[in-house]
Amino acid sequence: MQSYTKYSPELEYVLRIADNSLIMGHRVSEWCGHGPVLEQDIALTNIALDLLGQSRMYLQYAAELMGGEETEDSLAFLRDAMQFRNCLLVERPNGDFAHTMVRSFLFDSFHYFFTKELLNSSDKRLKDIAEKSLKEITYHRKFSAEWTIRLGDGTEESHNRMQNAVDELWPYKGELTHPDSLDKKMAKKGVGVDLKKIEPMVGEFVGQIMDRAGLKTPQDVYMHRGGKEGTHSEHLGFILAEMQFMQRAYPGQKW
Amino acid sequence: MTTETSMLDKFEEKIRKEIKIEPRDWMPEKYRKTLVRQISQHAHSEIVGMLPEGNWITRAPSMRRKVALLAKVQDEAGHGLYLYSAAETLGTTRKEMTDDLHTGKAKYSSIFNYPSLTWADIGAIGWLVDGAAIMNQVMLCRTSYGPYARAMVRICKEESFHQRQGYEIMLTLARGSEEQKAMAQDALNRWWWPSLMMFGPPDHESKHTAQSMAWKIKRKTNDELRQQFVDATVPQAKLIGLKIPDSDLKWNEEKGSYDFGEIDWDEFWNVVKGNGPCNKERLNARVKASEKGQWVREAAAAFAEKQNQRKAKKEQVA
Ligand SMILES: [Fe+2]
Ligand SMILES: [Fe+2]
Ligand SMILES: [Fe+2]
Repeated sequence: MQSYTKYSPELEYVLRIADNSLIMGHRVSEWCGHGPVLEQDIALTNIALDLLGQSRMYLQYAAELMGGEETEDSLAFLRDAMQFRNCLLVERPNGDFAHTMVRSFLFDSFHYFFTKELLNSSDKRLKDIAEKSLKEITYHRKFSAEWTIRLGDGTEESHNRMQNAVDELWPYKGELTHPDSLDKKMAKKGVGVDLKKIEPMVGEFVGQIMDRAGLKTPQDVYMHRGGKEGTHSEHLGFILAEMQFMQRAYPGQKW
Repeated sequence: MTTETSMLDKFEEKIRKEIKIEPRDWMPEKYRKTLVRQISQHAHSEIVGMLPEGNWITRAPSMRRKVALLAKVQDEAGHGLYLYSAAETLGTTRKEMTDDLHTGKAKYSSIFNYPSLTWADIGAIGWLVDGAAIMNQVMLCRTSYGPYARAMVRICKEESFHQRQGYEIMLTLARGSEEQKAMAQDALNRWWWPSLMMFGPPDHESKHTAQSMAWKIKRKTNDELRQQFVDATVPQAKLIGLKIPDSDLKWNEEKGSYDFGEIDWDEFWNVVKGNGPCNKERLNARVKASEKGQWVREAAAAFAEKQNQRKAKKEQVA
């Protein structure tokens, strides 16, 4: 396995997108068999399947960019935490259904506008993957927005749980649309998404849904960052310990 | 004259003529009860069956396997949904059925009270457990109650895909490293006998079989189905070089089928009574999911009610 201390900018960028879907898909898949209603169990599993499917397309592309022996599996199962490039939000634990829905709502709102912009990428492969996944992501955003409204405007208990989840997860929203030097560089090249451009679109959509849900937008919140650059929360290590167990315990085997 | 006897005659004639019984048709109360018990038990099995395999979704060894497993477990949820709907046509609500599951009144297939300990168990479950389920379910595609038969036709297609997928996992392991082979053999050793028990007690002890056969709910007895499963599965094990853990297993030329060893029915009844390795975990997981989902279901109902009121108000104004 080669060392990942340095990625090319293109590769780093692809991994960011891939890892967001991979870790988010992992988290959502934890619900399978434990959903609050059978229909919702099935819907969440569908979403996890979509996200994991997307992450595979991006990881396969990343593996090709790296060349050599790399595959989607070596990238998913043999990198350590500092080599992952997902945002902090997606590694937050599932918590109750409210936490899961708010996390999805914040992520999907971003993911939708991001992927829509990625359709304009000068990188043919990224553009293709974006095209293939936009329909799924449109559905994810609809699903999580509807549940945000339903639970925000449901009972007193559901409202409180939702507000609580919003307050807890809001500090992880900033990183999604905050451009760092790589984001700026890739946007300038025409490969990546201009986060400054989508930030107000995401903000407007989130605001609208929050209003309809009767949820209060937290003010003056400190925004955590670091996942995109490989500095993660403690949660990611446990996700990887579970996700990578087989490949670590039985190196080099075919499954 | 529409007396009970003439209705019963009509019902029995339909059964004789292989005409499906439909939800609005008259049926003997015992027929209805038997079906509700059997279909809901089947639905619960699909749902509880998600747990041992669901265990391995986050630990699957490759992305391809992960996605395939997730899709498989989702199929089982879908089966549960069709089956609950089929049972609801008999006048029992899903809530009543799941309440019975959670209080322990209703049963589910005992096989899911065994633990899934290694990745090979995912192969063994698909190959053997889905394989055994298919034997039963192919028969049920011709069951006398229409909605049940139709649900089964849909489900069977997916189950046979699951069986092939599980077998392919086993094949890959059996052709792999020594460690992988050992893992596959260990899984087969643990899942073989419980899979044979899935067909239920032997015919002479099965209290429901005779009536169910007469009503054409069942078309084959437990022992017939078990034999069919053994005959289909033994050659599959041979083909990939795994050994069935039964020293009495022998081809019987005269019968044209396999003889096999005595099943440990004490173990079977013990697991049925709640003493299997995972009975408590499985039921707790379902109860917990239901309890933790309570506020979500209440909120969804409250929201729907508010929406209705808002709509009604709007219409009044207009
Ligand atoms: Fe099933
Ligand atoms: Fe089944
Ligand atoms: Fe199945």
